[in-house]
Amino acid sequence: MPGSGPGKRRPPSHPAPVPGYDADGAQIHPEAEVRSVTGNYDSGMTSSRTTLRPPQHQFDPRVKPWWRAQLAIATGVLAVPLAVLGLLIAPARWWLLGPAVVIAVIGLASLATLPVWWHRVHRWEVTDAAVYTLTGYFWRTWRIAPMSRIQTVDTTQGPLQRSFGLSTLVVTTASSAGEIKLEGLEQDQAAALAERLTRLTDATPGDAT
Amino acid sequence: MTDVSETAWLRLHRDGLKVTALYMAGVMCGAGTPAAIGIASGTSWPVALAWVVPGAALVVGAVVLLELVRLRTTRYRVTESRVEMHTGVLFKRRRSLARERIRSVDLAANPLERVFGLTKVKVGTGETGSGSGSTTEQTLTLDSVHRAEADRLRLALLRRGAAAETDTEGRLATWEPGWLKYAPLSFLTPMLAGVAVGAVFQVADWFGKGGLPVEITADLVREYGAWTVLGLGLAVLLVVGAVASLVLQGEAWWQHRLDREPGGTLRVRRGLMVARSLSLEEERIRGIEIVEPLGVRTAGAGRLDVVAIGLKTNEEGSDLSTLVPAAPLEKTLAAAEAVIGPVDAELTPHPRAALHRRVRWAVVTVLLCAVLAVAAHLLWAMPALLSAAVILAAVGISAFAVWTAFDSYASLGHATTARYLVSRRGSTRRATVHLDRSGVIGWRLQQSVFQRRMGLMTLDATTAAGRGHYAVVDADEHEILDFADAAVPDLLRPFLVKGSAE
Repeated sequence: MPGSGPGKRRPPSHPAPVPGYDADGAQIHPEAEVRSVTGNYDSGMTSSRTTLRPPQHQFDPRVKPWWRAQLAIATGVLAVPLAVLGLLIAPARWWLLGPAVVIAVIGLASLATLPVWWHRVHRWEVTDAAVYTLTGYFWRTWRIAPMSRIQTVDTTQGPLQRSFGLSTLVVTTASSAGEIKLEGLEQDQAAALAERLTRLTDATPGDAT
Repeated sequence: MTDVSETAWLRLHRDGLKVTALYMAGVMCGAGTPAAIGIASGTSWPVALAWVVPGAALVVGAVVLLELVRLRTTRYRVTESRVEMHTGVLFKRRRSLARERIRSVDLAANPLERVFGLTKVKVGTGETGSGSGSTTEQTLTLDSVHRAEADRLRLALLRRGAAAETDTEGRLATWEPGWLKYAPLSFLTPMLAGVAVGAVFQVADWFGKGGLPVEITADLVREYGAWTVLGLGLAVLLVVGAVASLVLQGEAWWQHRLDREPGGTLRVRRGLMVARSLSLEEERIRGIEIVEPLGVRTAGAGRLDVVAIGLKTNEEGSDLSTLVPAAPLEKTLAAAEAVIGPVDAELTPHPRAALHRRVRWAVVTVLLCAVLAVAAHLLWAMPALLSAAVILAAVGISAFAVWTAFDSYASLGHATTARYLVSRRGSTRRATVHLDRSGVIGWRLQQSVFQRRMGLMTLDATTAAGRGHYAVVDADEHEILDFADAAVPDLLRPFLVKGSAE
């Protein structure tokens, strides 16, 4: 039963029948000031064009080789055993070498392109009031955690990360969905940032819930 | 409330030993009987009993002994500032909770414990310890004390000195037996029907005749025809599920009442066999959720859940956070109003694009169903009955998918009220959450490629309470930012670019 809301609520309905598509983005309702960005849809109920600005900083350029190393390891773990087995077991040679080659090609291709792209896409910013990050391209996610609600600030550094002089800053809030990770900060910068965040969160009152 | 006796060490009630002994004896009878039958079928009854009876006695004795040690070594006390419990002989455990941090006191008694007048007391601080720094589970369980002592503890632990708030005290909701009529409509019914089928096979398997139910069904089909058996079988299963659901819900919610007690505490009492009592400090409540599962919704009913810090609601099917079970919607709304104040809100509908998105998903489902049905027919030569069943299933799923697309779009809506952020979504489980705006501890905004092309965005409000985050799905990508900005002042503002209309 579409539209039968809880008693006192107005069932969602549109002020006027809204046409779904409007190919060229021309104004169908001259009085409506609003168009969504793409012009494909007329939202018909807001006059806002508010957008999010991206966070200010990109990650340290060294994340690119770090990501490449990770991709190389992942590719190698899959492709090398296949290749070795393929060379050893003559009857199944092509059944093993074939996939190994495919994996290697995909791995190399992503190694060449993805890190550059990721570096362009992932951004972060820490103001005096909040931590703000943007990740992903196909599924873009913006996250904002205010200083007053931050519970812990940690830095972590894996062995591979250490060899590139990088470390990860982990900011947790009281929410199970509240963990924000800044992966790929320069290690001194991460330490300084952690210290600054700890100072800021200590200075902000509230029990973070 | 701070006399000397409060600081003296107290012990758990010694009748707990009898409860354990009786319980274990019952368990051993339950487990021993099939074992004895099994052994006897291979050998003879005296041999079987000679094995099983001493074994069972040994287990009961061991468990009772352990329980005796536990009861003897466990001490607890309530001081002016802390609740403390010491337990164990070899591994001594000491647990101490600060009284000012206690947020909930949970009482539960199973039928056996009720015979002896005992109750388990679980004291919670509402700290989940999910942060990377703190991994300690912050609860303390007294298993078990006398009922009167449990009540004394509950009052002592939740009533802070002079916390005589002006909140209205008294009954907020009272369960009526008539509400049980919604129980068969819940999703428990098909689930329990499935459990019943599984149980039949399990029992058949115990007796070494795992294939028997299938053979019986095949015989019935031969005798009465497939359609009769299918129809009657489904009907019987549904009746079994409905009865089981009725029994379970009746047991869980019998004599339910929701009270506001002095000192700003909500208390839920309920249960036929197991008497449950949950006391919840209102300071920890961050909102409520009105949940209308599909079946219950068609009957114009809904239940009331609380969004509170420290109440784990992650597990599906957990009714711990439910304040009022499925009840006529006006009763549920009245209870909600009594808990958090006015719940009226003009919900802003979501853009038409959200509907198109849902219709697209439905179209994909329909196409998938069609392809699968056709493929099944091309690949296998199916008897008429199976073919009809496949086609029926495909048509049914397709119709449901299309209906869900429109229904879930109709559900979408969001609003802000004086104190709350309101968001409604869902079709099979329609839920309207009223989340305290001051309880929002961050935002998560998400936009997939498809959403971007349609000008939609999903807003997730993160919170320390309940499920941890509550979403406004597929809203207008500009409007939702203004909405979030208005709901929690200053949090999103620095990252927004305010553009005016063209």
